[in-house]
Formats: sequence, C-alpha cells, structure tokens
Amino acid sequence: MIEISHVSHQIAGASILNDVSLTIPRGGITALIGPNGAGKSTLLSLIARLTPLQGGQITVDGADVTTTPTDALARRLSILRQDNSVAARLTVADLVGFGRYPHHKGRPSPEDHAYVEQALEMMGLHPLSGRFLDELSGGQRQRAFVAMVLAQDTDYVLLDEPLNNLDMKHARQMMERLKEAARVSGKSFVIVVHDINFAAAYADLIVALKDGRLHSLGTPEEIVNRPCLRDVFELDIAVETVGGHPFALHQIAPEPLVES
Amino acid sequence: MPSDSTASLPFPSQRAMQVKPLVILAVLALVAVALFLTLGVPAGAWEFALSFRAGKLAGLILVAFAIATSTQLFHAATRNQILTPSIMGFDALYLMIQTSLVFGMGAMATLDIDPMVKFASEVLVMMGFSTALFLWLFTARSRDLHLLVLVGIIFGTLFRSLSNFISRMIDPNEFVVVQGAMFARFNAVNIDLLWISIGLTALTLPVLWHMRHQFDVLALGRETAIGLGLRYRRVMFAAFGMIGLLVSVSTALVGPVTFFGLLVVHLAYRILPGARFAPTLLASSLIAIITLVGGQAIYEHVLGLQGTLSVVIDALGGITFLYLLLKGVRR
Repeated sequence: MIEISHVSHQIAGASILNDVSLTIPRGGITALIGPNGAGKSTLLSLIARLTPLQGGQITVDGADVTTTPTDALARRLSILRQDNSVAARLTVADLVGFGRYPHHKGRPSPEDHAYVEQALEMMGLHPLSGRFLDELSGGQRQRAFVAMVLAQDTDYVLLDEPLNNLDMKHARQMMERLKEAARVSGKSFVIVVHDINFAAAYADLIVALKDGRLHSLGTPEEIVNRPCLRDVFELDIAVETVGGHPFALHQIAPEPLVES
Repeated sequence: MPSDSTASLPFPSQRAMQVKPLVILAVLALVAVALFLTLGVPAGAWEFALSFRAGKLAGLILVAFAIATSTQLFHAATRNQILTPSIMGFDALYLMIQTSLVFGMGAMATLDIDPMVKFASEVLVMMGFSTALFLWLFTARSRDLHLLVLVGIIFGTLFRSLSNFISRMIDPNEFVVVQGAMFARFNAVNIDLLWISIGLTALTLPVLWHMRHQFDVLALGRETAIGLGLRYRRVMFAAFGMIGLLVSVSTALVGPVTFFGLLVVHLAYRILPGARFAPTLLASSLIAIITLVGGQAIYEHVLGLQGTLSVVIDALGGITFLYLLLKGVRR
C-alpha cells in the first residue's frame, strides 16, 4: 500500500497540498477526484518522486520514496503524466519498449519483448506499432504512453488523466482493461479522472481532494452522491443509479431539491 | 562504435535498415580521408606530405567527433533539436576563460606553463563552469524553447563581449597569444595540443559507450526518465561534463564553428530516423568527418583556397538553423 503522511507542498509560495495523510490500499483501482487545482497531479508527482517532497513522508509498500534508489522504485511503481511529449523521433514500439528499461537497463531479453507485445495488444496499438509518435493523433499517442507505463509492469501504476483525448470507445476499453489487470494480476492503479462517472463505475475507492486537503475517501456510493459532490465541486449535481453504479448527471443543472 | 544498442528495437528489420546507411557513410569517410592524404602531393614529397597531413587529419577527425558528440549530447540533455552548444555560446565561454587566463597571469607566464598543463586546466575550468551554468539553466522544470534560444544568444554575446573586453585590456603583444584561438581555421590545426586532445577525448569514449542507453532514456525528458528509474542528475552531470570537455577540445584545436554541429547532427537524424543514441552518434560523427576532411581536401588541394571552409560550413549550417526555426521543429 501507499502511505502518505502529513504531506504539504508549496509552489512559488502558493500552498498546493496541506497536511495530506491517506493510505491507498494494495490492489484495485483508486480514483483521485477534485476540482482543478485541488492538488491531484502534484500528489501523484510526489508519490512518484518526480517532485522532491517538501514536508511529510510517502512510502510505497514500506519503501520511502525519497530514500529508495530510484531504479529500484521504477520496478515497483510507474507513472503516466498529464502532458506527454517527447523530443526524440520514436516509433510507438520503441516508446513502449522504454517501459522495460528499469528491468533490462538497455539489454532487452525475449521476456521484455513479450511484455511490450502484451502492452501493445492491451492498448490496441498493434496496427500502429511501427508509426512515429508525431504521426499519431492525440488519443493514439495517449494510448502509446499508457502502454509504455503498463509495459513497465509495476505493482503500482499512477495514471494522471489516462482518458485524456480518448474517444468513448477507447476510454471505456481502457478502464475495462485496467479493471481486468487489477483483478487478474493484483496490480494497484491510482488514477486521476475528470469524468466522475468513470470513477463511479470502475474505482474500488474514491479519494476526493479539495483546496490541497483530503476532503473525503470512500466507496463510489459514499462519494458520488449529491451532497458530497456539491461540497467537493461546489456544483449541484443530480445523481441517479444506473446498472448498480451511481451516475452523475453533471452536464445539466438539476431540478432544485425540494427541502422537506 | 558498433550499433548493438539497436538490438533493443522490437523489430530486427530496423537494425538491418540502419546498417546500410552506416556502411555507406563509413566508405565515404574513408574516401574523404584518402583524398585528403593523397590529393595534389608533388612527386618525391610523399613522406613529408603524408606525415604533415596525418597530423592535420587526426586533428580534423578529432574535431569532427567532438562537435558531433557534444551537439548530440546537448540535444538529448535539453530535449530540443535546434540549440547546440555553440549556439548557446559554449565556445565563447572557452575563449573567455582563455582570455581571462592570459589577462590574469600575463602572456609570458601563460607561455611558460607547459601547454599540456595549461590546456588541461583550461578544460577543467571550462567543464566546471559550463556544467554549473547549464545544469542551473536546464534542470529547472520545463523551459520554453524560445526563451532558451533567447538566453543562449544573450549568453553567447555576453561571453564574446567579455572576452573582447578583456583582450582589449591586455598588452597587444600578449593578445597575439589569444588571437590564434579566436577564429576557426581548419587548415592550421593546432598540432601542439593534438596529443593531449586525443587523450582527453579518448576519456569520453568508455563513458559514452557505458551510458549510451541512459542517454536514450534521458532524451525522453526529465519526468519520464525519472519515472523509468534513471538517476537523472547524475546523467545530466555526465552529459554536461563531456560537452564542456569536447567543446574545449574542438575550440582549442580549430576555433569556434557555430553551426557545424547542427548541420551534421540533423543530417544524421534524417538518415537514421528514430535510431538510438549510439547508431546516430556513429552516423553524425561519420558525416562530420566526411564534411570536414572531404571539404578541406577539396578546398586545399583542388580549389587551392585557404581557410574559408568554415565560412561555407557556417553558411550552410546557418541556413539549416533558420529552416528548422521557421519549420518550428519538434521540441
């Protein structure tokens, strides 16, 4: 599990995270939700040691992210960031191949190729594997980056808005496949999602952040309901139940609640 | 350098695709070397001509390798393909260090020091200075490329002006010591410094070979590289240290050449699209050798011209630079 204790973070004097403590359990999908600027991406960067910790402590299965050697951590935890671009001219297969770097350090074995194949397959990238990244659409590139992170084959996978730029078909497919991977191989996914309904339908645990603080934490039913969402997003959202999952109708203003 | 790093490509056919251009480049480089050694040698003067030209040839090859390598390392470390160490004023920094040394100690004292010791200490100062400066500039989170171009031009101008300023304050007689280093001249490679330059450059080879895969990961950018477990600061440090050393070597041997690195490295990117660091480095070094040695052979021995090759190369490189800027090259 990932244990975050008393983490505070400031960027240029502005407080981004304020004394956040929470435990992300091992296995399953944990969704981070919250309005823009709540500190979701910063929290992921801190867990993945992309940004040095300013205060507090984060451990991944007991390993402190500040002191654990970075290459050892890369075999345990991987991260997809929100804005992905590479300067070098790379093919999709090459990029996904880099996901194996923490394991082979430049000398891939047949086993590494198998992982790359599997990740390409999982993201439906086989027809595109020989294409250069700058010849792809935004959604295709996004899938390539997710495939790279999956090829890294770590117990913990942090994904900052993996559904960015994806069409409906690929968005649903990705969530289904992550769910499947979590179920079959016991991996833990921590995902920042903007569409609350993806969180409600696929996450095992939802963590709501607001203004740099932990707002609430619970099952989809506990978080995705009208009062809680109103509090987190400062927006009145009607919530229905569809197929056993809470379903937020956030696109339209609801009928005002009749106070009884 | 053999290109076994391409074995990591999932598709072996790509490796085969890279071998052919590399072989062609190697053959062309050999032709250039042969031309340089043999063109226009008067009958009976073979022994003299060969020994004389061999020294120059070694210098040119060294410079070709140093400029290609430093440019490619710079591209990997800074995640851009437009700026090069020379455009960012690295060579001007070296000249500034040299001028300051002459100014600080006086030309006589500078001449008295063993040139090897002098050169080695210049290189060390240069490595320290440039590493500190550019690490500071580039380790901060994502920088805007246009800002960097601007900063680079300002730095280059600053260093050039400072060394001009210092050279104005030194005795005209002492200035002669410095002057030699200030202009690119391929036809008069500084043979005195050749051996130590070869030694220093040889130091980078095992490091480059050992770290070639790490430079591939470095080129993915800071966040992705750290996510893949690269010891980012250490690799950046190694990259900028070697850039400082290689720029010193090439500037000391032939003087500053602003756009040459950009030209050869971009040709290599075109010839081996999507290739890894090691094969690309091999290609760019070979292209640099073909351009420098072949160009010099033709200039010196066919056209009978002297010392204008750098102008031609810089003109071509400058056009490439403008073209890349206008095209808004991938960052």
